[in-house]
Amino acid sequence: MASELEMVPAITTRREEAQGFLQRMVSKGMGWARKYSLFQYPFVTACCGMEYMTLASARYDLDRFGAALPRFSPRQADLLMVVGTVNVKQAPILQRVYAQMAEPKWVIAFGVCASSGGFYDNYATVQGIDRVIPVDVYVPGCPPRPEQVLDGIMLLQKKIQDQAHQLTERRPPLPERR
Amino acid sequence: MAKSVIDALVERFPGAVYEPYVGVGGDDCAFVQKDRIADVCRALKDDPKLGFDLAPYVTAVDYLGQEPRFEVVYNLYSTRNNWRIRLRVKVPEQDPVVPSVTPVWRGCDWYERYCWDMYGIRFPGHPDLRRLYMYDEFEGHPLRKDYPLRARQPLVPERDVRDIFRGPGPAGRD
Repeated sequence: MASELEMVPAITTRREEAQGFLQRMVSKGMGWARKYSLFQYPFVTACCGMEYMTLASARYDLDRFGAALPRFSPRQADLLMVVGTVNVKQAPILQRVYAQMAEPKWVIAFGVCASSGGFYDNYATVQGIDRVIPVDVYVPGCPPRPEQVLDGIMLLQKKIQDQAHQLTERRPPLPERR
Repeated sequence: MAKSVIDALVERFPGAVYEPYVGVGGDDCAFVQKDRIADVCRALKDDPKLGFDLAPYVTAVDYLGQEPRFEVVYNLYSTRNNWRIRLRVKVPEQDPVVPSVTPVWRGCDWYERYCWDMYGIRFPGHPDLRRLYMYDEFEGHPLRKDYPLRARQPLVPERDVRDIFRGPGPAGRD
């Protein structure tokens, strides 16, 4: 993903050039720092959770990738792992959990049910969580091997490294709550 | 074994309990008239010699195209005598109403809510007949055989995802 910081305008002053260089360095450094400190929130709803436990425990050891601590509050997490089937009744909860996470945040769809609904092509199941929240990495499999998930984590790390990070995020204030 | 139970029921409720037969697995089964099921169940539970104190499962079946269309099935168990029987109640589509057996066995509460949720059979006498699995906004009863296969009723607005494997695909797929 070519970040906006990479794009250099045709005519630049020395000052802009210097600022852009500085911002790029800051962004790279922050990407490096952020990709190795993923605090995950496991949204575990189904059988994939067993595979998630294997992934998080000693044999496969998610800690090697800096994603060691599952936080059980979305407010302390920056990686949402949706592990298992999400049905229509749960979709508002998932959306709320996603909204509660602080920026920057990323989402992994763990398993085929979270990715596309899987074989639950029926009245009760959301056909992939990307219909409800944005997803960064899809890991298919029923359940996926832990190696697949580790590969997905590494893909996400690559993505985080390539993103544009800023020291201070300036965005318009949220609309007033009714 | 439990044949005597069915025979006693047929004798005690003439006309209300009919067509006894031995079902799959060797359980003794019988059909029961719709409006007498609560009485029959009460008798089964309260008779000290029978002692059917457990209703392990109550469910419904949709025989689409047959008349009457629905059937409610009561699987009953006597812990005292280790007897199992199965009672079947035929329910027409126009009037899907069966007297509740929740006053007899408290544990039938969720089974009857399940039958209402999935098949749309109402149980007058039930203390709190709400949907069990689906949400209140859901329309229709999803386990009815005429519920559309691909019908979706999302609670939150969903992004439309055009994927390549679902929907009318090539070569008459699906």
